[in-house]
Amino acid sequence: MTKSTVTRVPITDITVSRQADASIAVVGGPNSGKSTLFNRLTGLRQRIGNYPGVTVERHVGTLKTDDHTIELIDLPGTHALSAHSFEEQIAIDVIFGRMEGTQPPDGILAVVDATNLYQGLYLVQQLIELELPVVVALTMSDAAERGGLKIDVNRLSTRLGGIRVCPVVATTGQGINYLRNELVNLKQDEPPRYADAWPELSAAARALAESATVPLRRAEIERLLIDGASGANAHVLACLGENGSAEVERYRDQLFGVEPPLAKEARVRYAWVRDVLDDVQQTLPPFYSWRTRLTEFFNQPIPGTIGLFVVMAVVFQAVFAWATPIMDLIDNASAALGTLVSSQLGDGAFASLIGDGVIAGVGSVVVFLPQIMILFLFIILLEDSGYLARAAYLLDRAMRSVGLSGQSIIPMISSFACAVPGIMATRVIPNRRDRIATILAAPFMTCSARLPVYALLIAAFVPARDVGFLNLQGLVLFGLYMFGIIAGVLTALLMRQTALRGPKPPFALMLPEFRRPNLQTVLIQLLGRARVFLYRAGTVIFTVAVIVWALAYYPRATDIDPLLNENQAAAAQLEQSWLGRAGHVVEPVFKPLGWDWRVSSAVIAGFPAREVVIAVLGTVYAVGDQADEATLTQRLRAATWPDGSPVFTLPMVLGLLIFYACCLQCAATLAVIRRETNSWRWPVFAWAYMTTIGYLGALLAFQLL
Amino acid sequence: MGINGNTLASLKRGQKGVIAAVDATDPQVQRLMTLGLVEGAEVELAGCALGGDPMEFRLFGCGISLRQEQARHFTVTSSDAGD
Repeated sequence: MTKSTVTRVPITDITVSRQADASIAVVGGPNSGKSTLFNRLTGLRQRIGNYPGVTVERHVGTLKTDDHTIELIDLPGTHALSAHSFEEQIAIDVIFGRMEGTQPPDGILAVVDATNLYQGLYLVQQLIELELPVVVALTMSDAAERGGLKIDVNRLSTRLGGIRVCPVVATTGQGINYLRNELVNLKQDEPPRYADAWPELSAAARALAESATVPLRRAEIERLLIDGASGANAHVLACLGENGSAEVERYRDQLFGVEPPLAKEARVRYAWVRDVLDDVQQTLPPFYSWRTRLTEFFNQPIPGTIGLFVVMAVVFQAVFAWATPIMDLIDNASAALGTLVSSQLGDGAFASLIGDGVIAGVGSVVVFLPQIMILFLFIILLEDSGYLARAAYLLDRAMRSVGLSGQSIIPMISSFACAVPGIMATRVIPNRRDRIATILAAPFMTCSARLPVYALLIAAFVPARDVGFLNLQGLVLFGLYMFGIIAGVLTALLMRQTALRGPKPPFALMLPEFRRPNLQTVLIQLLGRARVFLYRAGTVIFTVAVIVWALAYYPRATDIDPLLNENQAAAAQLEQSWLGRAGHVVEPVFKPLGWDWRVSSAVIAGFPAREVVIAVLGTVYAVGDQADEATLTQRLRAATWPDGSPVFTLPMVLGLLIFYACCLQCAATLAVIRRETNSWRWPVFAWAYMTTIGYLGALLAFQLL
Repeated sequence: MGINGNTLASLKRGQKGVIAAVDATDPQVQRLMTLGLVEGAEVELAGCALGGDPMEFRLFGCGISLRQEQARHFTVTSSDAGD
């Protein structure tokens, strides 16, 4: 009976250090106030990591009292114990103790929004059947009161099999100390008595558990009965002995007949939830608040849509206007640091590695941090205030016409700062085809690393003429943004009609009421994002910077004319370096686009990280260390072919811009596509597809204009 | 009361109805049922996006948005007589 098999992770494999007295999983629906409560309970004592093999963030925090340390795991939001998205599956695996590297929880903190007991109790009911100690935190109990809801907490606790119910207001801290004490003692609590919601299912699960070869939780067998033996449930079936399959089938027949099991579950459990609500909740006439008024106003189609465009305009304005002064500051600081290093270290290979490779390379990426932080700040604010779900809802119809759903909007908007977080944000999309189509469209959005290349080339080569009341340069920049959007949308459409063809994805979105975001939660999330971004800059981009530097630095030229000035000598060195040679080798390929070997080598250097291009153009056109943008611009304008005709003509520049708008020159994006799709197929496809489009676009622009 | 053949998709803004029957053969509809759209639940149409689709419903105080084609799987009887 106690023979151990595959369902649980052996204790020796658990990599998390075991200093905590207990590990408690924080479970709740999306928008239940779970993260705010988690932050309130753990403050800054949090670690953000990843679950093995996937990029879903694993938030672990500790709750310390005088003599106890409790580990809290904040799980992705889930409505129920049956998964409909990738993130929900992670939450469920952790709850059942099936997640590699994560301790099976000793208890459950169920987070329930007091204004939405109806859906919350559905999940709590399933959690009770885990046979683990459970405590319920009733969040937003102040909002419930304002909304005219009166909840009899003691009565609710009785109806839930005797588990503790703690009303809290996470934003003010009301009720938190009481909840904290409950959590400390939770491990010693008895698992809740059965709440008697569905006696037939429970009886069947208990009977099957008798014949199991290893101890199984009742909830695990219930999931097998309802969801069938797919995925992780196959393990459960394997533990039920040789007659397991036949027995399960017999019980399923008996319990569900011809009714779909999931539908039957919903009907039975919600009937019970309504019965409990009638018993514990009284509805008084609600206090008519600004939130209700605001929600009602934005419920009308036209104000809702106009509001959406105003919000998006403000976000874009902020990302591009507010970030500039800080970006200039970082840029100057990194240049000054580079100068300081070269003055201290002299001329050798090491000085060049540090100055031209590391500082210039990493600096060129860190410079995007302000933009990314401002964008994230807005996304977090919009998400926490409940507006982002509304944006998805308002844009669903437009997205549906290209085969996606409103849920693809958030990843797309995020990709305007950086495709990496954008692609990570696709996890909320339940449908896999939909998700991959969004992932393939996201890198087309004009990310902040494309912007400096656009800015440089447009300022240098597009005449600053007025077109009507608009400026031609601004118009070209706007056109490039639109080009990215259209290319992304067409890609999604194309994919949904070919490789990713399938039924239209379902769409059901919870629309929370507007609420004021909590400052602490916003800051903690923002700092977490900044840390992840800087970590990436410190590893991937550091490596790329060093490799590109080495390719441009070696082999050293021996026969450089001593009469050349410093800049010309640098250019001569570059020409015979590995990078310069590569530029010469591929020049025939890019010649039809109007690019000489210099542009070609800059483009090659940009494949791991497109923002490197400016630095390489700077070197290759022999501007040297003291370069500022004006001199680079002048050099580019003066660049000629051996026959004296200019390299940078308007058609060539437009082609180069189109190439940049399309091409997937970003190793970090490729890596995140690989991780999120769990295969090399999609990153390889995306890279080849986008490079081809970019090449053809540049070719057409150069040959036809 | 009791307008037969009406679905969630035919509710007017501000109008309430009680779900009387759900056509649960479609797995997508089953998913909506696990969110609480089951027989006996009272639902109000709170608003809609441009063009009337998707629609936003209120279900026991929480907002949930559905597309029209999904809303048609839920038959409702009117619960606010005369309004």
